[in-house]
Amino acid sequence: MHSSTAALAEQFDDLEQQHEASSFGMWIFLATEVMFFGGLFTAYILFRNFYLPAFEAGSRILDVKIGAANTAILLCSSLTMALAVRAAQLGKKAALISFLLLTLLLGLTFVGIKLGLEWRHDYLEGFAPGVNWTFTGPDSRHLELFFCFYFFLTGVHALHMVIGAGILTVLIIMAARGRFSPQRYNAVEVSGLYWHFVDIVWIFLYPLLYLIGGRY
Amino acid sequence: MVGHVVHKKLYILVFAALLGLTALTTGVAFIDLGKWNTVVALAIAVCKASLVVLFFMHLRWSSGLMRMVLLAAFVWFAILVTLTLCDEFTRQWTPVPSSWQAQIQQDVR
Repeated sequence: MHSSTAALAEQFDDLEQQHEASSFGMWIFLATEVMFFGGLFTAYILFRNFYLPAFEAGSRILDVKIGAANTAILLCSSLTMALAVRAAQLGKKAALISFLLLTLLLGLTFVGIKLGLEWRHDYLEGFAPGVNWTFTGPDSRHLELFFCFYFFLTGVHALHMVIGAGILTVLIIMAARGRFSPQRYNAVEVSGLYWHFVDIVWIFLYPLLYLIGGRY
Repeated sequence: MVGHVVHKKLYILVFAALLGLTALTTGVAFIDLGKWNTVVALAIAVCKASLVVLFFMHLRWSSGLMRMVLLAAFVWFAILVTLTLCDEFTRQWTPVPSSWQAQIQQDVR
């Protein structure tokens, strides 16, 4: 009973309300994130309609194997995050730390592949607008615009991943210090919501950037 | 304990479905369906996102408050996309006033 009252901040009636309030706050934040990415997605759809041939050609230049592999890695990290929240709910400290570490590792692998492999490759091939652009074929200017969108969308997404990695690091330290209990694991829960949201953004980015140009 | 504890098997099942849908959407991209390629790709993405939201993000067990926030977010996003595209697709419906033509010619030059 004592540990349960200590887990409850004084402004809340009970643990259930406290839990609901923290989740509600994160959902509100995620709604603003939908708007943030929504503007970019809308701009992408619009310009894709303006310059369809160039944007389809751009999609075909991207490596679909790396895109698919990264999608799988991110889905894995979402599973481990969901299992981490579950471990926190059940008060399993060792499992919680292991799953958080796994999520962090998978997240960093995603960012590593994205920046170290894909971006580096695109840069070296001369597909980096404003930095190294050597493509001189038809629709060069419009293809450049596609790659502007590509770098900005994946860049902002990768930034969210890096912020998520920071949050996970803090969670791991807090978990190791025994700061979570089945009564109070809201920080793990809402970080999970954030992590899954970043996963969802990628679930839409993958087909929009890599697939809908047609691979046949 | 607060919150709904989901069975481990359900998480694994959802994860397997997500991987399956990823393979499906990748495979379909290699088949020429014309305009339908985009529709199928987006439909699969919506399915995957729904799975993540319902099970990984626990919306299936959350209160109406959370559902309302999510609904509001997507309604606003739909307004943003719809109105922007309506503007774009209807621009050609009315001719440019003749008094503007001279200015346009000048700008192009």
